[in-house]
Order: sequence, then C-alpha cells, then structure tokens
Amino acid sequence: MNDSLTLYGHAFASRLLLGTARYPSPAVLEAAVQRARPAMVTASLRRQGINATHAGESFWELLKRLGVPVLPNTAGCHSVQEAVTTAQMAREVFGTPWIKLEVIGDDYTLQPDTLNLVEAASLLIKDGFLVLPYTTDDLVLCQRLVDVGCQAVMPWAAPIGTGRGPQNPYALQTLRERLPVPLLVDAGLGLPSHACQVMEWGFDGVLLNTAVALSQDPVAMAGAFADAVAAGRAAHSAGAMAPQQAAQPSTPVLGTPFWHHDKA
Amino acid sequence: MNVTINQQAATLPAHATVQDALATLATRPPFAVAVNTRFVPNTQYASHALHEGDRIEVIAPVTGG
Repeated sequence: MNDSLTLYGHAFASRLLLGTARYPSPAVLEAAVQRARPAMVTASLRRQGINATHAGESFWELLKRLGVPVLPNTAGCHSVQEAVTTAQMAREVFGTPWIKLEVIGDDYTLQPDTLNLVEAASLLIKDGFLVLPYTTDDLVLCQRLVDVGCQAVMPWAAPIGTGRGPQNPYALQTLRERLPVPLLVDAGLGLPSHACQVMEWGFDGVLLNTAVALSQDPVAMAGAFADAVAAGRAAHSAGAMAPQQAAQPSTPVLGTPFWHHDKA
Repeated sequence: MNVTINQQAATLPAHATVQDALATLATRPPFAVAVNTRFVPNTQYASHALHEGDRIEVIAPVTGG
C-alpha cells in the first residue's frame, strides 16, 4: 500500500525531514542521514570566506554524495527582502525550487515573524518556488499561508533547538483538524516519542535537526526517529481505540474460577 | 570606489562589475551573489555595474536545520 508523503505533487517514501547542522563531524552527519533515510535534508547559505575554506567545499561534496533531495532554508532572514533574495540565491546554487521559508521575528525565541511571513510566502509562490513555510501554530496565520498558495505548512512544536516537544498540543491538533494541506511539525522536537505523538495526531511528517545532532549517538537517534515517525504514522492509519472512562477487563468474565454468586 | 563585500571594505575601480569584484576574491563555486539585498543571477555578473557604497554578499552552501 502506497502511503507516501506528497508535497506539491512530489511523492516521498519517508515522512522524516532531517537537518544537517550541529553534528559532531561530517562523517557522523553522513551516517545519520544514511540511517534515517529522510525525504529531504535541509541546508543553508552563509557568507563565503574571502579565502574560501576547504570545509565549505567538503559539505557541498557530501550533499552531492548523499543523494537525498536538498531543502534549502532562509535561516537568519529577518525581512521579506532578505528571505526572498536568499531563496533566489538558494535556487541558483542548489538548483532546486524547494525552499524552507524562515522569516525570523525574534532572535531569542527564533520565532517566525508572523506579520511578514505571508507576504514572503506569496512572493516566492508567485516566483515559482515550492514553499514550505516555518510558522507558529496560529490557525489564522497557517490558513493565510495556504490562501496565498502554500501547499504545505510547517508549524513549530517548540522554539528551534529547545528539544522541548509539543508545547501546545491543543493548537497543533486544531491545525490538523482545520487545515486540509500536508502539515509537517518543524522545530523543537527532542525525543522520538514527540515525533511519534504528532504523527499519531495525524500530522503528515516532521522536520528535526538538533534532537539528532546533539544526542549522544546521532546515528542511533536518527534511526530511532525514523522508526518513531513510521510507528506514529502506522498508528494513525490503524485507528487507535478511544480512551474509556471505566476499567473493562481484557480477560473474559464468564467462567471465572472461584467466583460464587451470593443469594440476595 | 568603495564597496563592501561580505561586510568587509573593498576598493574597486569605477564602473567595476560584479564579475570584477569576484575576481578580487578567492571564491570557489558553488556560491551566489546579492547586491544591496537584491539577487544578482550569475548570468549578469559581467553586466551588473557596481556603484559607490554597494553592499555585496557572496554566500555559499553550509549546514543548516
């Protein structure tokens, strides 16, 4: 049965997107990606040194060797203009129309700039980009992103890099209930159980980075997250039982030994 | 004329283009360029003329989340 993740008409076998930052070494990053087998890996753009370093070249070579579709991001952009220009540069460098759109409004929480995100998304959609916007869990904001043409939305679980897991389950579940587009939880996940939880709620995928990169064993953790995403998805598809108010024995009552009916 | 490249001051001849600016750097592909927060496609490096005070960004792929 084909249960692939479909974004902008493209099908992906995995529902896990993996970031490439903060790993102990390029070798660990490569092994983690091979273990997780994500749908996409994220990458970014930063100023090239006046004397270009070997490190930058080797990441580019690593990306090509991984053979996983690349999702460039506009991390660090604080304005619509910066985000649009960065996306255009990313499209030329990485040769892809995919873009993880980040417009940051606060440098401590790294939360999206909710008041400018929609304009940036709209401009990029019109310019032919396949936009995956990183957003808060605000329902109206997410709906506006869909209204301007985003065919998927990526609400946060918690601030980037905190590993705290879903901070507002009610808001996330409301998004899932109300929005008909693919939803990927992006940012703030820390444990595979967090990823499994949001998949059980019916989310279509997750994007995470720090939870794997900063774990004690990133390669093993990458595998754990891949398993968790698959488990949560399978559970959602299987249709979990509804919580019951009262206890009900699993074992049949009929034929219970030593039981004796007393006359009233 | 005075410009900045990746926020470092640089002096270029008048009427220099982006291509001229890049020639002064040890850039290695892949990279992309913006001038005054506007993207400059690589097809325009030789034709995009620079002006006094222009802020040039040369950016390259790095790890990211």
